[in-house]
Amino acid sequence: ILDNTEYLYKMCVFESFPIQSRQKQKKLLHTGMSKFTLILTSLNLQVLDKCKIFSSVSLLVFITFSVRSQDIRNTVGNIPMEWYKDYPHIGYDLDGKKLFKPIRNKDELDEFLDKMENPDYWRTVQDKMTGADIRLSDEQVDLVHRLQQGKFGDVNFNEYEPAIDFFSNEVMIHPVTNRPQDKRSFIPSLIEKEKVGKLVHAIKMGWIKPRRPKETTPQYYDLWAKEDPNSILGRHKMHVPAPKMKLPGHEESYNPPPEYLMSEEERLAWEQQDPEDRKLSFLPQKFACLRAVPAYSRFIHERFERCLDLYLCPRQRKMRVNVNPEDLIPKLPKPKDLQPFPTTQSLVYRGHSSLVRSISVSPSGQWLVSGSDDCTVRFWEVSTARCLKTVEVGGAVKGVAWNPNPSICLVAVSYDDTVVLLNPGLGDRLVCTASDQLISSYEEPEEVKDQLVQWAVAEGEGHEQGHRLILKHPKAVRQVTWHGKGDYLACVMPDNGSSLQVVIHQVSKRRTQNPFRKNKGLVQCVSFHPIRPYFFVATQRYVRVYNLIKQELTKKLMANCKWISSMAIHPGGDNVICGSYDCRLAWFDLDLSTKPYKVLRHHKKALRSVAYHRHYPLFASGSDDGSVIVCHGMVYNDLLQNPLIVPVKVLKGHTITHDLGVLDVTFHPTQPWVFSSGSDGTVRLFT
Amino acid sequence: MGGLQKKKYESGSATNYISRNKARKKLSLSLADFRRLCILKGIYPHEPKHKKKVNKGSTAPRTFYLLKDIRFLLHEPIVGKFREYKIFVRKLRKAYGKAEWSGVQRMKENKPAYKLDHIIKERYPTFIDAVRDVDDALSMCFLFSTFARTGKCHVQTIQLCRRLGVEWMNYIITSRSLRKVFLSIKGIYYQAEVLGQTITWIIPYQFAHDHPTDVDYRVMATFTELYTTLLGFVNFRLYQTLNLVYPPKLDGQGEFSLKSECEEDYALESESYSEKLAALSASLARTVPSVEDEEAELDHFPAEGEDLEKMETREKMELEQNKQKKLFEGLKFFLNREVPRESLAFVIRCFGGEVSWDKSLCIGSTYDETDETITHHIVDRPTIDKQYINRYYIQPQWVYDCVNGKILLPVEEYFLGVTLPPHLSPFVEESEGDYVPPEKLKLLALQKGEKPQAEEDEEEEEEEEDDEDDEEEDDQSEDEDEAEDEASLAEMEEKRAQGKSLSVKVTPGKVKPENRMRTEQEEKAEEKRLAIMMMKKREKYLYDKIMFGKKRHVREVSLLRNSSILYAFF
Repeated sequence: ILDNTEYLYKMCVFESFPIQSRQKQKKLLHTGMSKFTLILTSLNLQVLDKCKIFSSVSLLVFITFSVRSQDIRNTVGNIPMEWYKDYPHIGYDLDGKKLFKPIRNKDELDEFLDKMENPDYWRTVQDKMTGADIRLSDEQVDLVHRLQQGKFGDVNFNEYEPAIDFFSNEVMIHPVTNRPQDKRSFIPSLIEKEKVGKLVHAIKMGWIKPRRPKETTPQYYDLWAKEDPNSILGRHKMHVPAPKMKLPGHEESYNPPPEYLMSEEERLAWEQQDPEDRKLSFLPQKFACLRAVPAYSRFIHERFERCLDLYLCPRQRKMRVNVNPEDLIPKLPKPKDLQPFPTTQSLVYRGHSSLVRSISVSPSGQWLVSGSDDCTVRFWEVSTARCLKTVEVGGAVKGVAWNPNPSICLVAVSYDDTVVLLNPGLGDRLVCTASDQLISSYEEPEEVKDQLVQWAVAEGEGHEQGHRLILKHPKAVRQVTWHGKGDYLACVMPDNGSSLQVVIHQVSKRRTQNPFRKNKGLVQCVSFHPIRPYFFVATQRYVRVYNLIKQELTKKLMANCKWISSMAIHPGGDNVICGSYDCRLAWFDLDLSTKPYKVLRHHKKALRSVAYHRHYPLFASGSDDGSVIVCHGMVYNDLLQNPLIVPVKVLKGHTITHDLGVLDVTFHPTQPWVFSSGSDGTVRLFT
Repeated sequence: MGGLQKKKYESGSATNYISRNKARKKLSLSLADFRRLCILKGIYPHEPKHKKKVNKGSTAPRTFYLLKDIRFLLHEPIVGKFREYKIFVRKLRKAYGKAEWSGVQRMKENKPAYKLDHIIKERYPTFIDAVRDVDDALSMCFLFSTFARTGKCHVQTIQLCRRLGVEWMNYIITSRSLRKVFLSIKGIYYQAEVLGQTITWIIPYQFAHDHPTDVDYRVMATFTELYTTLLGFVNFRLYQTLNLVYPPKLDGQGEFSLKSECEEDYALESESYSEKLAALSASLARTVPSVEDEEAELDHFPAEGEDLEKMETREKMELEQNKQKKLFEGLKFFLNREVPRESLAFVIRCFGGEVSWDKSLCIGSTYDETDETITHHIVDRPTIDKQYINRYYIQPQWVYDCVNGKILLPVEEYFLGVTLPPHLSPFVEESEGDYVPPEKLKLLALQKGEKPQAEEDEEEEEEEEDDEDDEEEDDQSEDEDEAEDEASLAEMEEKRAQGKSLSVKVTPGKVKPENRMRTEQEEKAEEKRLAIMMMKKREKYLYDKIMFGKKRHVREVSLLRNSSILYAFF
């Protein structure tokens, strides 16, 4: 039996655990055996029943023997046995013959009787594999009980054997194992030798350096021992040093003077402001003593912001405007040195009851004519402000113009669609009669042309009043202006886009012509050149200069303003000023460019009228803000020198009514005096 | 016109600038590293003159760096260190992941570190440059030294900051270069003059910080890293100029007194030593034994005209400064426990005073409260129980006001329980047209040596006299009025007696008094107005802006003045 056991040992162990160390094999054998036994026990209870040997080894041996002698083992393996439910057999034996199910003819009653009568009924179980009933032996029942209780199957197994600590601190005389020591424990390791050799080589070559002791505290030394006082970094050409922080003022004190504390309203306003907009980043506070001062909650914030400013804020070298504002004011010649110019209001011509639209001075400078919205034209003596004559006309007077020829005494007055030539009968009687004769000496030409304008001679009461010629126009006339010689008269009838906006009359021949086949835009005003045969037409944005002889456009001046209101031509003829409704006055130098040489924005409101003085280097502008600004405008004969423009006086006197101030300005022909007519129904003389 | 057409943005200002992202890519650094590099190297964005040109036609807000600056960064050795550090972090993470603890240990020991010495030298080629820029460094170090030693930043940093701050204060004390102090609600501002440079720094009041969450401490830490290096080198050099030992050591007496004192309170001797240094009560050891108070007298050069005047003013200034340096000399202060000890000790020692405090308050006290020779006892409470007769009990503001006023102010206004006079900022220098608080005027008068009290009395008397005069005048004028009334009455009566008279009346012409001055002024004003009309548009704009600013200033000043008058009454 023992030999067999040995054999079995080897057989089962080597089959299941191929090659392991010997000791491990033994160990496994030991544990494996017990497991094996258990399996066998559960499988072949029938066999075990007959066996009387208790040791596991002999049990095993016995099993093999018994199996050999009487082998009724089922070979189907571990399958669900219900697969054979419907068959008469239950599997196959080792020889491949069918194992038939035992005949079972017990019904419920037999079962019950068996249960009642058979004293071993409780220890009878059915083998699923064979279907046979098996009666468990006492040992088997015992084993089942033990297993049920969770105990070891082996009765003799002591699970609480005393532990023997072999590897304790107590040095024993004898070794635990009697195994002789390995050879390798006496021979130095080659691998290690190789490793050490490599390290030694690395150290020799300087590849490995001994670890330097760590410096925990920074070492300071004289960094600037060899400093070069002139050394400047190359990149510092554009270097902008960071500005220092602003130093605190009185309001930051813990105990500031009371005037620096914020009042309740100021504090509220401060709180409502955005933090960026605040002038002070903190609220000034007052504490009675130093002990009461708390920590400032935004201290770290402020430091942090400073840090951000230092590395994040773009820097730019800004030239701080450190100019004295006085230096910005241009150095102009003193007005005192530019005298004469009108400085004070000396006379007021009262009499009109409505706006005085237009005024004009006689060429001798003795008389003044004014036309008003109250449908009258008044003639004044300049020096006394007396109204010498009042002529009533049939409508609000838009324009008056005194004939500039001193040998003719005629005044053109425009109202509605009519232009009347008046002879006021003032001054030298000879001149008056001469001008009357001039008109009456007209002879009708043979061939009568169809005229644009009807010429009629005034008769009766009109003649008494001074009306001489009446010109009926197709449209309302806004402006009348004489040519310098006094024979031609230009009238403006503003009408956008129409071909008939400007007409030129020749008084001596009573002839009318329309100089333009087409007009571009709305004509604002026209003017004759004082010397040369040029004609200026101001539309909304441009001033066009036409040559009347060649009948062509010579120049187009761009005024750079929205709406031209008035225009005046320098007596020299090379300079033009334009007033506009957008408060600007543009001075053109015709020799220089078609763009303004200078644009003056002196007035606060729309300009209504501009005028040049005939002899003195003066020009004036009247505006809706009720002021007349007199400027010195010197034009030099030297072409290289640009005109000098200096404002010399702001004249105020007119009151503003209906949002209108000064409507017309004109200079005295010989004296440095300026007349202005206003919406308050007065004409004022400034001397 | 021949030639190739020039492409846009290939020359000129567009090529001089580089946007931040491009710069970062060029340096192949992460944003955090780039930021750190910029901080350390002092590279800052530039605002181009024509932003649209630089931004290639776009007007999007973008920060630009100078391309030269970025090129200059390319060769910085520290960039390599940053990369090394990045690699180190990656390796360390890997080792952690693999649980190679020995590897982790080894790597930690070999953690790459960098030094900023060369950067300091490069940013500040001369020592004066460094001193000029030390303001922010000081403020930052003093702030960091007040941090608690938990979280937020490394303990070593805090300790280093504290050490450098103490070194700096000791230097200021020894060189006596403190000029101005200001107690603000934010903290205490100090201004010192070191090597001719005015340096201002602020120290927060001694409270625990409520750390804000919206502050990036990494940025602050990077700055501190730079600043500690800078400050260390500056301190070293400054100590050298005064022949002091660096790192600072107490001189013989101080050391002795320290040894005798409470040795057992501190575990480490080094700790107690640094505490003793921080107490600011003892003088420092010198490498060369100092000659007592060598006064550098100004040499006299023969000079004429303006030079002479300048020389005189300089001499005067020098004298004044020397006087200020010895402001508290001979005075003995004792600090009560509720006053800010460090600040007061620093200020008092800076001006030559002796200072001590209670032994239990801090290490380094030199004499007891019972000392009979104490002249000033600084207290910040309404009353004190036990008072000695031979000393002044004053509030701490007195010390600061004295320093700012450069004279010993009368102590009466600073006694215990007295409402203190306002504490004014010494940094405000009023130019003409600015508002000067009345307290400042008083101080100026005191500095000139006038006695305020007597003056006020006199003024009052004068005022009274004036009042009397006024009254007399009033009487006189009343008399005159009466006379006039009588005359007019008589005239009326006459008129009535005449009965109906002509309505047209000739009145004697009155001579208009022509005020020549006034007319002249008016003329000038008009001239100016006319000239302003002729200004160019751009100049006019500038002029209007300047005038607007001036007017606003005047308005503010008048507002302050009015309210001060108002407060003076109530």
